Amino acid sequence: MTVSEDLGIELSRRAERIALEVAGPAAPDVDRAARFPSEAFDALRDASLLSALIPRELGGEGATVGQVADVTFELGRHCASTGLIFAMHQGQVASVVRHGRTDFFEGFLTEVAERQLLLASATTEVGVGGDVRTSVCTVERDGTGSIRLEKMAPVISYGQHADAILATARRSPESPPNDQVLVLCRPPQVTLEPTSGWDTLGFRGTCSLGFRLVAEGDESCILSDAYGDISSQTMLPVSHILWSSVWLGLATAAADKARQFVRAEARKKPGVTPPSAMRLAELIAQLQRLEELVRGSARRYDQQSDDVDSLSSMGFAIAMNSLKVSASTLVVDIVNRAMLILGMAGYREDSPHSLGRILRDAHGAAIMVNNDRINSNTAQMLLVHKDD
Amino acid sequence: MDEAIRTILAEHGHLPVDVEKLRDEDDLYQAGMTSHASVNVMLALEDEFDIEFPEPMLRKSTFESVAAIRIAISELAGA
Repeated sequence: MTVSEDLGIELSRRAERIALEVAGPAAPDVDRAARFPSEAFDALRDASLLSALIPRELGGEGATVGQVADVTFELGRHCASTGLIFAMHQGQVASVVRHGRTDFFEGFLTEVAERQLLLASATTEVGVGGDVRTSVCTVERDGTGSIRLEKMAPVISYGQHADAILATARRSPESPPNDQVLVLCRPPQVTLEPTSGWDTLGFRGTCSLGFRLVAEGDESCILSDAYGDISSQTMLPVSHILWSSVWLGLATAAADKARQFVRAEARKKPGVTPPSAMRLAELIAQLQRLEELVRGSARRYDQQSDDVDSLSSMGFAIAMNSLKVSASTLVVDIVNRAMLILGMAGYREDSPHSLGRILRDAHGAAIMVNNDRINSNTAQMLLVHKDD
Repeated sequence: MDEAIRTILAEHGHLPVDVEKLRDEDDLYQAGMTSHASVNVMLALEDEFDIEFPEPMLRKSTFESVAAIRIAISELAGA
């Protein structure tokens, strides 16, 4: 076994322990109160998992995206809010690791590893109609090297619990809406004033409130690569892979409950295969599709991660868009199948077999960054894309 | 060829600036061309020059400036 495989197993073990002992037991209360899963993140920090993607020479674990996807899966299986926050954080870390090749950002990553900082993102904005590849707000300069940024963000997930926020903005007041940069905003130089709440069906622990963000800093806080490149090469693919890993966790949790239920049915009448076993067979086939899709996409990213040309290609963008759409559709299908198997036991909120939270979380997958938006982007690319 | 490229950019690039004022090397994305608009530019270029951009050329850098587009079309037309 290679050192790298060892690392993956070791990280997954750490995550599984936290998921079983901390995140899972807290999940019902996190969901009910729509509160940040602070105990899970204390444990993730203690286990140094927030810096998993940071290279070893900067104090991190040097893990691959595939290995972090496995960690995310373990968390998502027991508390999907914890899994999704972890996934969003790692999408930001991956972006700084690849695109922050300055002393300033290497110093920042060292600090993320040392102090286990949690990173959030502010990409959407009031007035852009959900199109994260355009910004209204802009980096403002006063001529002394200081910069200022003011942004109306309809959503900043776990904004109030993050140690730093990466925000998109136009490069300058003269720049068109699509000429965007990514700016690191850190307390105490950033203030968040809540503008809306977060009382949703699912992923309630992500605390994705709206905010008016005001940040100050200097030129070094701006990542040198254009946001379009950061998004297509890193932030979008890594996010889609890790979100899908959360959904795989949800689907696996639903399948676990269905399996237990079918086995209990079978034990009541040995020798007779219960009718629900057929439904379970169909469910497991769907789960296998989702597993292979998510793990295959993570493998593809890791194999191509050094090849910027292939990460920037239209074929890769289409594949990463399709991953998000397929995985978010499959998770709802799998949870629905589990519901039919479990019947009233799954439908009840007060039963140990309840699928309530899992079902509500699963529906967030297609909604949070709407599949229609992603499909329309893919449709546009397919007008010129050739599969050769 | 440059004239045709600029006409297509003016028609499909949805640039907030005057295409005639752009230099050959100016970054079209920084000038305001969105990825959505760039696909329409690609389609119009394929139609105008009777070419097909193969998958390896379908990336941002191929269409980032008038000069880059000219090089790409010359490569395909010459092939």
